Amino acid sequence: MNLQYIGLKEINGPLIFLDNVKGIGFDEMVEIRLENGSVRHGRVVEITGDLAAILVFEGTRDLSLTNTVIKFNGKPMEIGLSKNVLGRVFNGIGSPIDDLGPVYVDEYRDINGEPLNPVSRLYPKNYINTGISSIDGLTTLIRGQKLPIFSGSGLPHNDLAVQIVKQAKLTGKDADKFAVIFAAMGVTNDVANYFRRSFEEAGVLDNVVMFLNLSNDPIIERLLTPRCALTTAEYLAYKHNMHILVVMTDMTAYCEALREFSSSKGEIPGRKGYPGYLYSDLASLFERAGIIKNAKGSVTQIPILTMPNDDITHPIPDLTGYITEGQIVLDRDLHRQGVYPPIGVLPSLSRLMKDGIGAGYTRKDHQPLMNQIFASYAKVMDARSLASVIGEDELSTTDKSYIQFGKYFEKHFISQGMINREIRETLDLGWKLLSIFPREELDRTDDKILDEFYNHEVAVSQFELNDDLIIKELSNEEN
Amino acid sequence: MNEVYSINGPVIKVKNAKNFKIMEKVFVGKQKLLGEVISINDDHTVIQVYESTTGLMRGEKVYNSGEAISAVLGPGLLGNIFDGIQRPLYSIFEANGAYIKPGTNVDCLDMKKTWNIKMKVKTGDYIRFGQIFAVVQETSLIEHRLLVPKNVIGEVIMAKPDGHYSLEDVVVQVKDKNDTIHNLSLYQKWPIKEPRPIAKRLPLTIPLVSGQRVIDTLFPIAKGGSAAVPGGFGTGKTMMQHQFAKWCDADIIVYIGCGERGNEMTQTLDEFTELIDPKSNKPLIERTVLIANTSNMPVAAREASIYTGITIAEYYRDMGYHVALMADSTSRWAEALREISGRLEEMPAEEGFPAYLPSRISQFYERAGYVNTLSDSSGSVSIVGAISPQGADFSEPVTQNTKRFVRAFWALDKELAYARHYAAINWNLSYSEYIGDLSKWYNKNISTDFLESRQRFITILAEENKLMEIVKLIGKDVLPDDQKLVLEIARVIRVGYLQQNAFHKDDTFVPLEKQLRMMKLILYLEKSASNILKEGKAFSLLQKSNIFEKIIKVKYDIPNDNLDMFEEYYKIIDESLSQIR
Repeated sequence: MNLQYIGLKEINGPLIFLDNVKGIGFDEMVEIRLENGSVRHGRVVEITGDLAAILVFEGTRDLSLTNTVIKFNGKPMEIGLSKNVLGRVFNGIGSPIDDLGPVYVDEYRDINGEPLNPVSRLYPKNYINTGISSIDGLTTLIRGQKLPIFSGSGLPHNDLAVQIVKQAKLTGKDADKFAVIFAAMGVTNDVANYFRRSFEEAGVLDNVVMFLNLSNDPIIERLLTPRCALTTAEYLAYKHNMHILVVMTDMTAYCEALREFSSSKGEIPGRKGYPGYLYSDLASLFERAGIIKNAKGSVTQIPILTMPNDDITHPIPDLTGYITEGQIVLDRDLHRQGVYPPIGVLPSLSRLMKDGIGAGYTRKDHQPLMNQIFASYAKVMDARSLASVIGEDELSTTDKSYIQFGKYFEKHFISQGMINREIRETLDLGWKLLSIFPREELDRTDDKILDEFYNHEVAVSQFELNDDLIIKELSNEEN
Repeated sequence: MNEVYSINGPVIKVKNAKNFKIMEKVFVGKQKLLGEVISINDDHTVIQVYESTTGLMRGEKVYNSGEAISAVLGPGLLGNIFDGIQRPLYSIFEANGAYIKPGTNVDCLDMKKTWNIKMKVKTGDYIRFGQIFAVVQETSLIEHRLLVPKNVIGEVIMAKPDGHYSLEDVVVQVKDKNDTIHNLSLYQKWPIKEPRPIAKRLPLTIPLVSGQRVIDTLFPIAKGGSAAVPGGFGTGKTMMQHQFAKWCDADIIVYIGCGERGNEMTQTLDEFTELIDPKSNKPLIERTVLIANTSNMPVAAREASIYTGITIAEYYRDMGYHVALMADSTSRWAEALREISGRLEEMPAEEGFPAYLPSRISQFYERAGYVNTLSDSSGSVSIVGAISPQGADFSEPVTQNTKRFVRAFWALDKELAYARHYAAINWNLSYSEYIGDLSKWYNKNISTDFLESRQRFITILAEENKLMEIVKLIGKDVLPDDQKLVLEIARVIRVGYLQQNAFHKDDTFVPLEKQLRMMKLILYLEKSASNILKEGKAFSLLQKSNIFEKIIKVKYDIPNDNLDMFEEYYKIIDESLSQIR
């Protein structure tokens, strides 16, 4: 039913209210035609009797109570898709902005998606090689996982995202069916260009679909950008059997758009003014990652968010962490020390890695290595906080060996620059670093593994520890 | 006819309707979306819809059902996985593929399947509500006992012979004193928000043994008790719930994934199907009911999932089973309450949660208990509820209000989780009030040494906590040798006892007998070592002997089925210490 309505009852922020409407559905899309012929889009967000509240994506500027003609589309928002979207650039609501004309449409899909039935999911097991030691080794990314990057303003999350997109590859037989969907929400023009240029330079642009909602684009469009991106991802993954990595940045801007939308609707705010349904709303995006039984493709997500004031307990990172399967946390201290990528190893976690690593996937020593590194590095932190009180000189020799390990670990393992490391190299490097310790200190690992991988002499020569007092002192103490 | 007047997400209003009952089940619109009446006034009726309202129009019809939202109880529950309003996910999968579409109408239980039942009553018997009238082997592990439904009391006038029947077949007819005939079939309905009645509550004196050392030893939960597991993200709440569900000695497990991750539920389903119960050699899924309302499924159904789960748990309790219910996570349920409350424009209390949050939480936890059932047997429902506090801050409303109604509190700790110390239960913040009630059982069934050793462990850990304050300021080296020993023994307890590896075949479940022996071995080491120190030997000699590392690895080195090996370790301690002498 394509009835048209002229005029409005009320305009309030991004919302317009329309009286005496009949036969419209909740969540339905509308087209708003202005006097000058331009068209905007909106969505029905509330119906009360004959009154409908409509959210206008492009903003309500220039709208008056009389100068609009409104048409209801009779269905929720859809996006037209085909395999030709690969290599294209779209705006936040899925219209092409790369001057290459419209996209051939094979199928229209509702961008809201539907909840995936848990019994139709396949538990993700196969890993994605990112070539970054601290991710591959310690917080392995698994196909079908959602693993966010928690960053802060001024931290190099964009570089990391680009590096992951450039280096990410699958192992196994369907390695070539890999594509990246990039959704930018509220990023600046510079950043968007940086991404586009980097993808171009790396020659991966043909396998990338970009959705750009820039910081000066209408804020409400941001609510649709990730949904367009994920709908495209699902289409490519489940219809064309591709493995899709969706990078979404910056989720903080998305959440702020949601807050703005909620407050203009007059809803009761929850924590820090964010709506009470922020969790459910984020879940409706993040839960679209996964693998479906009987489908050959997969959707993996790396959402990036900047923690306001580096506060991990802020509602956005907090709720995200409860939905996603782990997190990669960037650390400002490491960044200041010039470590790139500055990944804070201890608070980072990949929940799905335990089933996607080890023999058959990476290597059998991966799990024990990871456990031991986490345990040892946690002790490095204790030793450092002690050293900050009593001074490094006063530490026991054991604590000194931890300080030593911490230094080398950050210098060689975490800090790797733009280099691409094979998983094998990462694991070997990890063992070399652990071998700095006397064998007794490695109390998380059983003897069989240590017999095979522990080699103190190699560590001593590799890191030129020969002249180092630590080792001498340690052996002195034992005699 | 009643028509939709306003729509706001999952909340719809109907104007000028008179014939709705509060908490009544209704069907909304052309798609027949499932909903529940949550408030009524003379102007309009408010309905929360359990499915997505996208596309719903004003003026669509709303249909009464005349009954409350109910669970369908009967054989076929075990081994199945349901959404929050008890629709079987496998049937939805068959009906409309990988995604859950709104308005999917499927039977809660398979109505066509036949079950081989054995009758327990005959014509002329006098039966009443809650009694067992027939039994059926539901899975190879569990005998399903069919209970007389509510409001039925009278004389059996017809009882079918043993044999195969489907759920809807009438197998018994009962005539009550008003000469009304009641037909009893293989299933019954029960309103999910109404607790099932019991004969009498019993004191909680038996522990729910889980084989997890930190729980069984330090902070046990009683059968029929309730525990809360709060922890920020990444602290291992879900892992802990899984471990508990896998290994605790309940007969039936009800696992509710409430507003959590989809992949996690898939994992639970896979694992429980594969894992073999050590006692019966059958897959664990045969004693498990899974309820999955993941975070992206409709929020109102998330609110219902907790009640659906506890109603199913009570039903099996009434058959005389011990049921353990895991709810992961109750915070998501509380948030669903908040979200719906917000849509109703109710006045918010703390942090936007509605003022009735504490009463809802208490109503839920109070449905736990060890009881005499109406069928003259006894059974229990124990509840372990996970809490996901915002910002890992335990002072938030859900944690605080839950603390008031549970008696075991297992606080998960970020620092421990960062160091990959699992189970990351912080021994300084956690507590169990059950230990007094359970002491008799431990003394009688394990040994009087158990609680003594436990107490000694707690003392050592508390002492370590105190000493660590000093160590943080001035370092370990300046402590006297006896205090260094305390720290070392505390480390042995932490790493060798409290820390438990869920992926190790022996360490994942440890029987109480082994727990006792491990404790005694560690305490023996403490005693012998402190004797050495008293003889004037230096602590560094002890450390060099490597004996502490050996004892830490006992958890892996002594298999659960060869506890006699402990004797060897006493010898090893003696030998390595005598070398120092």
